[in-house]
Amino acid sequence: MAILRFAIFRFFTMLATLLVVSVMIFIIINLPPGDYLSNQINELRATGQSNGIAKAEFLRTEYSLDQPLWKQYMIWMGFMPGPHGFLGIIQGEFGWSFEFDKPVADLVGGALWMTVLVNLAAVLFIYAIALPLGVIAAARSKTWIDYTSAFVGYLGLATPNFLLALILFYYGNRYLNLPIGGLMDPKFEGEPMSFEKMKSVLIHLIIPTFVIGTSGAAAMMQRLRANLLDELGKPYVETARAKGMRESAMLVKYPLRVAFNPFVADIGTLLPSLVSGSVLVSVVLGLQTIGPVLLTALKSQDLFLSAFVLMFVALLTLIGTLVSDILLALLDPRIRFGGREK
Amino acid sequence: MTMTPDGRYVDDQPYERDIGAEARHADLDMSNTRLLWLRFKQHKLGLISALFLLLSYLMLPVAGFISPYTPNERQEDYLYHPPQWIHFFHEGKFIGPHVYETTAQMNLEEFAWEYVADESKPARLEFFCKGGQYRLAGLIKTDTHLFCAPEGATVFLWGSDRLGRDVFSRIMYGAQLSLTVGLVGITVSFVIGIVLGSIAGYFGGFLDWIINRVIEILRSLPELPLWLALSAAVPSHWGPVAVFFIISIILGILDWPGLARAVRSKFLSLREEEFVRAAEMMGAKPSRVIRRHLLPNFLSHLIASATLSIPAMILGETALSFLGLGLRAPAVSWGVMLNDAQNLASIEIYPWTAIPMLPIVVVVLAFNFFGDGLRDALDPNRS
Repeated sequence: MAILRFAIFRFFTMLATLLVVSVMIFIIINLPPGDYLSNQINELRATGQSNGIAKAEFLRTEYSLDQPLWKQYMIWMGFMPGPHGFLGIIQGEFGWSFEFDKPVADLVGGALWMTVLVNLAAVLFIYAIALPLGVIAAARSKTWIDYTSAFVGYLGLATPNFLLALILFYYGNRYLNLPIGGLMDPKFEGEPMSFEKMKSVLIHLIIPTFVIGTSGAAAMMQRLRANLLDELGKPYVETARAKGMRESAMLVKYPLRVAFNPFVADIGTLLPSLVSGSVLVSVVLGLQTIGPVLLTALKSQDLFLSAFVLMFVALLTLIGTLVSDILLALLDPRIRFGGREK
Repeated sequence: MTMTPDGRYVDDQPYERDIGAEARHADLDMSNTRLLWLRFKQHKLGLISALFLLLSYLMLPVAGFISPYTPNERQEDYLYHPPQWIHFFHEGKFIGPHVYETTAQMNLEEFAWEYVADESKPARLEFFCKGGQYRLAGLIKTDTHLFCAPEGATVFLWGSDRLGRDVFSRIMYGAQLSLTVGLVGITVSFVIGIVLGSIAGYFGGFLDWIINRVIEILRSLPELPLWLALSAAVPSHWGPVAVFFIISIILGILDWPGLARAVRSKFLSLREEEFVRAAEMMGAKPSRVIRRHLLPNFLSHLIASATLSIPAMILGETALSFLGLGLRAPAVSWGVMLNDAQNLASIEIYPWTAIPMLPIVVVVLAFNFFGDGLRDALDPNRS
């Protein structure tokens, strides 16, 4: 029961955070002078096309862009009625993309799932890589395995994501015949989900997952190694060894369980950088996630589109952090009671 | 050794009180800086990295002198020229450093420029020669370069790019922005982090609560989209210098929470110490207690952790410029250069356009090793 209460408490904190974040995002989005529509109106004026102006002006009032900023925010979020009543984010109405002349929801629909998929794959990849490598590096510390993994880890941290993407992309295609670009074969686009489509998506996921996950995996591996090394020096390990326990059984049974805590907690700090990485890598590799959408929207000041994408990205990381917090509380009772007493 | 009549042994050497004591307690008398240096020296990788970084930064003001061309100088006849070797021996005879003249040929099958070197005529490199005009350290106008190619020949150590600009020279100039962006950014982050962290830690209460929530929120958000959004807000008509500063500030603005958190937790434990109470009772103002009594306790650790976050900023600048939202041409940075290498086809045909990634990787690694070494040297618990 305590864990449920903790989860509910954390959920509401997340909502509050999201609210603050939405204000921040809205302000940042409105920082550049002008907006898409006023830019368009000026352009149309300059070229002397009058019929476009009327439409742009109509859209301006339709989406309350002529209101003061705080009102715009309230209407966008759905706290205040716009020209057509309460139609905002919390009512599930995400706004209009002026550049593509489409509702935002239609525009990003599939990309949202792809974003979740790519990031989920990266998280799984990180765990799958970091756990065994970290344990081996600690158990066999100061051997060639340790040094090699440390070196590769450092290199992974130092190479910019997008460069790694380009390089792997090139060699992956050349030697392993991995597909280039996109998240699925073009022929599956818009098709309903099928086994073939799934396979295509999975093959296309290999390189992006690797690229996005590498630096995170390197960092996590180092952390796990350091924690495990700390534990390995403690008397209880000595005792277990003296009892004649097998090294591997001992490792899994005692020190690993202690060292595992930060491993789970780390996902909270890892996820933001992961999402960052996935945005960048998506742009470079042309994945159909929200990364490229965000970039074009930001460049053309497509207000609602970029605001929504930023909100989604923030939500994604916040949910990830929430999940990691709850997992951590399940794993280690000290944490939830520690949080409670304050 | 002599034996006394009562059967004891006595050493003949005169008794010296200080012998041995010096060796045993040498480190107790050393200054802190010296101790730090001794420990840092043991971290070989860190030492090498520190030297490399020192050299790199010393090179920045004279980058224009070292590079044979100016960054935006175009050689229209030499687009996508591959890297040239500097030869020393011509037909088995030593004639000093020279290059060979090349002529361009269009390969119509692959639609790529190919360059044929004329190996019969060596063109000797000139030293301290006249070239494009630049400002030494941004101040002194001059046109003397360390080395350049003679009339009619070119010296592209690392090739030339799609506009016929020398990649080597551009990397030298790019270093000026790419390496300083991290320093400016870390300064911003340092100032905000220390001020807010110490306020939160020292005063506690409501301020602490607010600052803590802000830290939590900023830490839970992905940096890159926010960087993107903020840099998209930079007006396009600003000059390169203004853009440079605003980008570094943007990089710094999102970096401070980690630092502030570290400062805060240190303050929480240190403010209960006796020496703080003593200072407070003697009437020291909070600002004095913070500056003179608390901060010096762990400033060196903060510097070590700052060293470790500089590479993140360098990578951040690179990523932003690469996406076209950071520094913009005519400014030259490594990220701006890589922007050209964005498409796969050009890297495949002209691999040297991706060379700017090497200095990025090397510098980031060096900062990481240097920071690690510094941190290890500062760690009081290490054996």
